[in-house]
Amino acid sequence: MLEKTNVKTLDKVVVRFSGDSGDGMQLAGNIFTNISAGVGNQVSTFPDYPAEIRAPQGSLSGVSGFQVSVGSNVHTPGDQCDVLVAMNPAALKQHYKFLKPGGVILLDIDSCKEADLKKALYQTLDPVKELGITAQVVEVPITSMTKAALADSGMDNRAILKCRNIFALGLVCWLFDRPLEAADHMLHNKFAKKPAVYEANAKVLHAGYNYGENIHASVSTYRIDTEDPRPGIYTDINGNTATAWGLIMASEKSGRPLYLGSYPITPATDILHELAKRKDLGVKACQMEDEIAGICSAIGASFAGDLAATSTSGPGLALKSEAIGLAVIAELPLVVIDVQRGGPSTGLPTKTEQTDLMQALYGRNGESPVVVVAAASPTDCFTMAFEASRIAIEHMTPVILLTDAFIGNGSSAWRIPEASDYPEIKVKHVPDALRESWKPYLRDEEDLVRYWAIPGTPDLMHRLGGLEKDAKTSAISTDPVNHEKMVLTRREKVARIANDIPDVQVQGNKEADTLLIGWGGTYGHLCTAAEELNAAGRPIAFAHFRYINPLPKNALDLIRGYKRVIVAELNTGMFADYLQAKLPGVVIRRINKIQGQPFLVKEVVDGVINIMDEK
Amino acid sequence: MEETTYTPANFKSDQSVRWCPGCGDHAILNSLHKAMATLGVPPHMTAVISGIGCSSRLPYYMNTYGFHTIHGRAAAIATGFKVANPEMTVWQISGDGDGLAIGGNHFIHAVRRNIDINMLLFNNKIYGLTKGQYSPTSDRGFVSKSSPYGTTEDPFIPAELVFGARGQFFARSIDVELATTQEVLLAAARHKGASVVEILQNCVIFNNGVHNPITDKEVRADKTIHLVSGEKMLFGKNKEYGIVQDGFGLKAVKVGEDGYTIDDVLVHDAHTKSNFLHQQLAMMDGNELPVAVGVIRDVETPTYNDSVDQQVAEVRAKKGFSTLRDMILAGETWEVK
Repeated sequence: MLEKTNVKTLDKVVVRFSGDSGDGMQLAGNIFTNISAGVGNQVSTFPDYPAEIRAPQGSLSGVSGFQVSVGSNVHTPGDQCDVLVAMNPAALKQHYKFLKPGGVILLDIDSCKEADLKKALYQTLDPVKELGITAQVVEVPITSMTKAALADSGMDNRAILKCRNIFALGLVCWLFDRPLEAADHMLHNKFAKKPAVYEANAKVLHAGYNYGENIHASVSTYRIDTEDPRPGIYTDINGNTATAWGLIMASEKSGRPLYLGSYPITPATDILHELAKRKDLGVKACQMEDEIAGICSAIGASFAGDLAATSTSGPGLALKSEAIGLAVIAELPLVVIDVQRGGPSTGLPTKTEQTDLMQALYGRNGESPVVVVAAASPTDCFTMAFEASRIAIEHMTPVILLTDAFIGNGSSAWRIPEASDYPEIKVKHVPDALRESWKPYLRDEEDLVRYWAIPGTPDLMHRLGGLEKDAKTSAISTDPVNHEKMVLTRREKVARIANDIPDVQVQGNKEADTLLIGWGGTYGHLCTAAEELNAAGRPIAFAHFRYINPLPKNALDLIRGYKRVIVAELNTGMFADYLQAKLPGVVIRRINKIQGQPFLVKEVVDGVINIMDEK
Repeated sequence: MEETTYTPANFKSDQSVRWCPGCGDHAILNSLHKAMATLGVPPHMTAVISGIGCSSRLPYYMNTYGFHTIHGRAAAIATGFKVANPEMTVWQISGDGDGLAIGGNHFIHAVRRNIDINMLLFNNKIYGLTKGQYSPTSDRGFVSKSSPYGTTEDPFIPAELVFGARGQFFARSIDVELATTQEVLLAAARHKGASVVEILQNCVIFNNGVHNPITDKEVRADKTIHLVSGEKMLFGKNKEYGIVQDGFGLKAVKVGEDGYTIDDVLVHDAHTKSNFLHQQLAMMDGNELPVAVGVIRDVETPTYNDSVDQQVAEVRAKKGFSTLRDMILAGETWEVK
């Protein structure tokens, strides 16, 4: 059962610009406020000046801040900020405590030289470590990038440095999709009488924006907090870290070492980062030469006997599709993680979508069934990474785990599980009684799973491969009837996994006429929308899917039991189409959004009400 | 010969070999069976991993762990295998199309990374399984089904790629030279790191005789030179020719003529760190200079898999955790009562 979650704070964001009083933080903050208001946000600001007009540069008393809350239902500038822009180490020291858990700090790393640190009374050369900051810190070379942008301007160094604030503003505009034209226009007005200064600032504004785009900078402005937490020890975790840790838990529970073969790709790279750190737990994470090598090395590791995984996003999944087919026909355990982003092609690399569902289900040549599961929230990434690994190993099959940019980057409080909270994962070794007669495609008749003979074991030498094999002898076979039998067997093997996964649960008002259906990372918003609908006298039941292929055994009957069925998802209706094919005669209504953004609760509520009120 | 407890038969599977009669792959397979028997690594500690193509059928004919994978990816799959299971001896089989065209990226990176696998490159300068298209090693102007007017591109020279990727082991043999093939396969297996062995192989159907200008019995002694580390670089039916240094290049001379004596003839050193002369030797093409066979370069440097294992051991010794929970609890946490 999924934990109850709360996503009510998602429609506003608090940014604090913090720097030396001469750094122009007020100007940057004011422009950001004005353009946010211009796109229809409510705004509330809090300029936080130092008492001194000009305290010594870089000193703690000279720090100036400007905090702004933008979005809807904005009544205050916010107690804490989601993003802290720190132009120097003094600003970092004075204002890091205003950051929300899970927030992001953008730090001008060029201003963290020894002399700067001394002025701000640091004892060491590592300000982040010294302050014990555990939040994500993005080190941005603001000063040197500003200088580089204005290298040909003919301006002196002092004048150039005055533009650093606008570089930071450009970067923040990228993070929150603010229109640069509006910012540009404001700079134009502000410096109407100094065209050279305007031009320099406009140039730097674009440089900051482009920098954000180039490094795929992104921040999660959402927190999905678990309500009514159970007693226990908690930590803050984001979805990608949770995914990495779920794999490690599965490695502990199966006794198989963990191997990750990967290639950097936004927004999945943090999984590689985390597992690369986990050599302290014996994890081998290899950054390979490309996406294909990432998965292929994982398949090699799987053949060798490891719990093997590869992490990627949509474009990478496309590149891996032939290799996934190899794991299907070789019947090797493999976990493929797709942190979905906006597509097609390079699409919206930092934004969230659920548009890889069809690719995951069908994006391979031949009859190539794989298990597809999806995580519902940042913390559920842990559970589903564990589940993906369990199913892969116990059923000797590749499993695709779909998460997305929203839950991958989004963070949440998480109760650290006890090892006993998760079941043992049982490797299906070749039974001793069968050792003499064993062939690679000999199966357990009940679940159709073949046995795993791990290389290095005496007397179980065997050959696997991408060519079709004879069901009995496991030798290469082009026999037509045998091929059909093997295709149907592989399909049935995956279908029978339905016996080994939990039923889908109904939340909300189970007796309602209307069933709202979701899957994957939209859980928090849909759950909240269902609650609001029920509270508003609009009875609705809600079922959220994390097991996509196969579907839980109770899924189709459950859906047939409702008069009105609505699937809400961040694509043009892929899960709805998938269900529709299995539910002829059931009218499936849809709520869709393809903007690279999560649902707003209100959008779902309004969408449901519109459908309910149709004549 | 060293003492072994295995015979070639221990490494043969029960599958009938399906290459065309007269295909050079038969001879290479025999050489591999023999080399494995001599090497003495048990069949269950041996893995043979291939891509796609005629040569890549080879794992089915081995009584070892074997994996016939997908086109071009054998080196990447073998890399993951070796990292996961470093105790095993891993052989990776590719042809010139599999290894250098579709799998070119994995080839150079496996070499650069110095993963401890033995990479056998069966070079017949043609696509056989798809019935006769030119490959990345086909000579410029080569006429094939996909180049009816001759190719308009230059080929890769595999050795040059290996050295460009900072390879530390390169050897070459000819399919029909069983003794030389066994010698280089053994050296490749004993070398710790990525060992590339190019085997000049004849496709009897689609490119018959492609290597004849150097491998024909009448010319082979004059057109090839068998390099042995520590020995003079001599060739010819009566070893009457030698390789000498000539300015920045190499030159073939007749010993005793034009003032060249046996003292001028270079002594091969496969183990010297600089690859300058190794590359010169590997590039000899049978025109002015004989094609080199045998072990051309064999230099030990840290392998990828050993380095991974070593780093895991070091990190674990310094701040290792026994469980995930221990690791998480060592970070920032709070308690809810």
